[in-house]
Amino acid sequence: MSLLKIKNLRALIEGQLILQGIDLTVNPGEVHAIMGPNGSGKSTLAQILAGNEKYEVSPESEILLLGENILDIPPEERSRRGVFIAFQYPVEIPGLSNTEFLHTAINEIRKSKNLPPVDIWDFEKQLKEKMKEIGLDPSFSERSVNEGFSGGEKKRNEIVQMAVLEPVLAILDETDSGLDIDALKSVAEGVNRMRSPDRSFIIITHYQRLLNYIQPDFVHVLYKGKIVKSGGFELALELEQKGYDWLKKEEEMEMSSIGVLS
Amino acid sequence: MAEVNSKVIEKELDSNTNNGEGMSTVHELINKKYAYGWVTPIEEEPFPFGLNEDIIRKISEKKDEPEWMTEWRLNAYRIWIGMKEPRWAFVKFRTPDFQSIRYYSAPRMKERPKSIEEVEPEILRTFEKLGIPLEEQKRLAGIAVDAVFDSVSVATTHQEILGKFGIIFCSMSEAIRNYPDLVRLYLGSVVPPSDNYYASLNSAVFSDGSFVYVPKGVKCPMDLSTYFRINSAQTGQFERTLIIAEEGSEVSYLEGCTAPIRDENQLHAAVVELVAHKNATIRYSTVQNWYAGDEEGRGGIFNFVTKRGKCMGDNSRISWTQVETGSAITWKYPSCILQGDNSTGEFYSVALTRNKQQADTGTKMIHIGRNTHSTIISKTISAGMSQNTYRGMVRVMPKAENSRNYTQCDSLLIGNRCGAHTFPDIDVRNSSSSVEHEATTSKINEEQLFYCRARGIRPENAISLVVNGFCKEVFDHLPMEFAVEATRLLSISLEGSVG
Repeated sequence: MSLLKIKNLRALIEGQLILQGIDLTVNPGEVHAIMGPNGSGKSTLAQILAGNEKYEVSPESEILLLGENILDIPPEERSRRGVFIAFQYPVEIPGLSNTEFLHTAINEIRKSKNLPPVDIWDFEKQLKEKMKEIGLDPSFSERSVNEGFSGGEKKRNEIVQMAVLEPVLAILDETDSGLDIDALKSVAEGVNRMRSPDRSFIIITHYQRLLNYIQPDFVHVLYKGKIVKSGGFELALELEQKGYDWLKKEEEMEMSSIGVLS
Repeated sequence: MAEVNSKVIEKELDSNTNNGEGMSTVHELINKKYAYGWVTPIEEEPFPFGLNEDIIRKISEKKDEPEWMTEWRLNAYRIWIGMKEPRWAFVKFRTPDFQSIRYYSAPRMKERPKSIEEVEPEILRTFEKLGIPLEEQKRLAGIAVDAVFDSVSVATTHQEILGKFGIIFCSMSEAIRNYPDLVRLYLGSVVPPSDNYYASLNSAVFSDGSFVYVPKGVKCPMDLSTYFRINSAQTGQFERTLIIAEEGSEVSYLEGCTAPIRDENQLHAAVVELVAHKNATIRYSTVQNWYAGDEEGRGGIFNFVTKRGKCMGDNSRISWTQVETGSAITWKYPSCILQGDNSTGEFYSVALTRNKQQADTGTKMIHIGRNTHSTIISKTISAGMSQNTYRGMVRVMPKAENSRNYTQCDSLLIGNRCGAHTFPDIDVRNSSSSVEHEATTSKINEEQLFYCRARGIRPENAISLVVNGFCKEVFDHLPMEFAVEATRLLSISLEGSVG
């Protein structure tokens, strides 16, 4: 069974149609890259997959996780079923330590699976290990969630959370933007270390750069709320060379050929 | 109280971490709503309703007080009858009918029990149920407790150990009998009988409370704590606490309170006075969890309290930390008079209101000495249809040169039917001092909640994590056990504020 199957996903925010019918299938172990220019709906897709209720999803759309439609399932339940999003803009929660935050998260997830909770001290040790692996100083475990972190530290912290929560489907929303080359490498290493036959990734990015380190199995181009092109890694290279303009032209040609543009 | 209670809590937390019942324990607690709402079936000895000079004489007589004390009370009463109830606070309520309150109610007993063994078993059970075992073999080592049940102190623990250090920790009634000179010297020296309407009332009728005296150079070896329990119906609680820290001494004091669930309002009008001499430090922490009334605003405690500390000597320090989650109405401004040079006053406060609760709370920092410093950190959280007000006064007198104040008031709103208000009053009368005031008001942030939920955390816990984070700066100033208690209280109080 495919891990994720998105069928005709159409979504609005404040009356504006942002996703105009997306179909996508992700099988266990696959890495999909979703590329596209600004405003094409990439982040909307990520937010909807994670369960953000501020988007209105059309009733005929379906998002099947292991065959079950999760559109009516709240975000916390999706997370417990193994969906993880690395946010493009991780929020700050003053006064709440990373350890406390993730310890609460992991125990809620474990509880939903009838697993015994983990002790906070054991957990903190484990968290510090993961932080080291991803190039974040272990002292960040005691700091408030994302508060006062640099852009790169916030992104690394997202990857740390992914490593701790061990999702089956990880969605990385522009995790590479704003990263210097070292941070980019440690993020990529963090992802590669977690690649396994039963874990899938959706990597949303503008640039091919990250994909040099995390080789995707598939690349999709999202444009004006639709997947307009899919292919292998070579598509990412082509985009890097040509930019997105040729897509726009192609689309316009298509549109004019069917008489949308006169 | 804190430590004992926290043991119970720690157990809960442990069981949380060990068997996965963590969140369900909180849930059970939430579903219980107010967990301390029961009534102890005990034969009480209440006074008739109403207030007059005879009642005051009877209270005084009941307590075997010397003549000067009776006169002190009567004087306060005469001042009180000439006063008008203050109405400037941002709270709405019907003035209590002072003639339909009982001013004294005590469990029936011949005299104050001389030892724990003589205390009525029902009362011991009550305190044990509240998490404060008083019996010798059960009580905890690190904290001394004065247990006040309605109008009387029923037991004070660890007096012998404290005695070795020369520390006096006893009920106010005992102090009046045994240490009259100290009481006469300090009672009313910080909050005079004419101070304000409710302080005057308290001065006339106060029933019991705690007395602490820490001699010169002594650092109190354990936290001192009073637990106030209202049990009797239609009875007001008027306790009086006096803490004196002599030169170079240090003491940390904790206060906790609960009351049964009742449909009518009950009045609690306390006075707390702190005196810090040269180089002395007093830390006073409160977790106030009086019954708050129901969802419709029926019942609950009127908590009209005057708390004030005087930094008399140079380099003295008084620090107030309060977590206010209970009471139908809270009217309370723990304040500092910074008289000694280089003295420091601090006020750290979390006030949470929900349903139809109303709180008007804050502080006054009066800078009189030179180089005096004060810090005010106030966090208010309003949910439901509640109204939550910070009211603060910072006054720097002409001679208080080079004084500094820093004030930070943050308000958090949950839902859109509640209110948060800030009334700062800043008055600086010299040019070498500086005062800073920062204030923020925000609604609970949807993005923060979504972020938590995207990590598997249910909305109730997400709110609780965000709110606890919001209060962190204040909780950091609470003794460890109290911080645990405060965190738990907030989680419970936030029930029903989702969505």
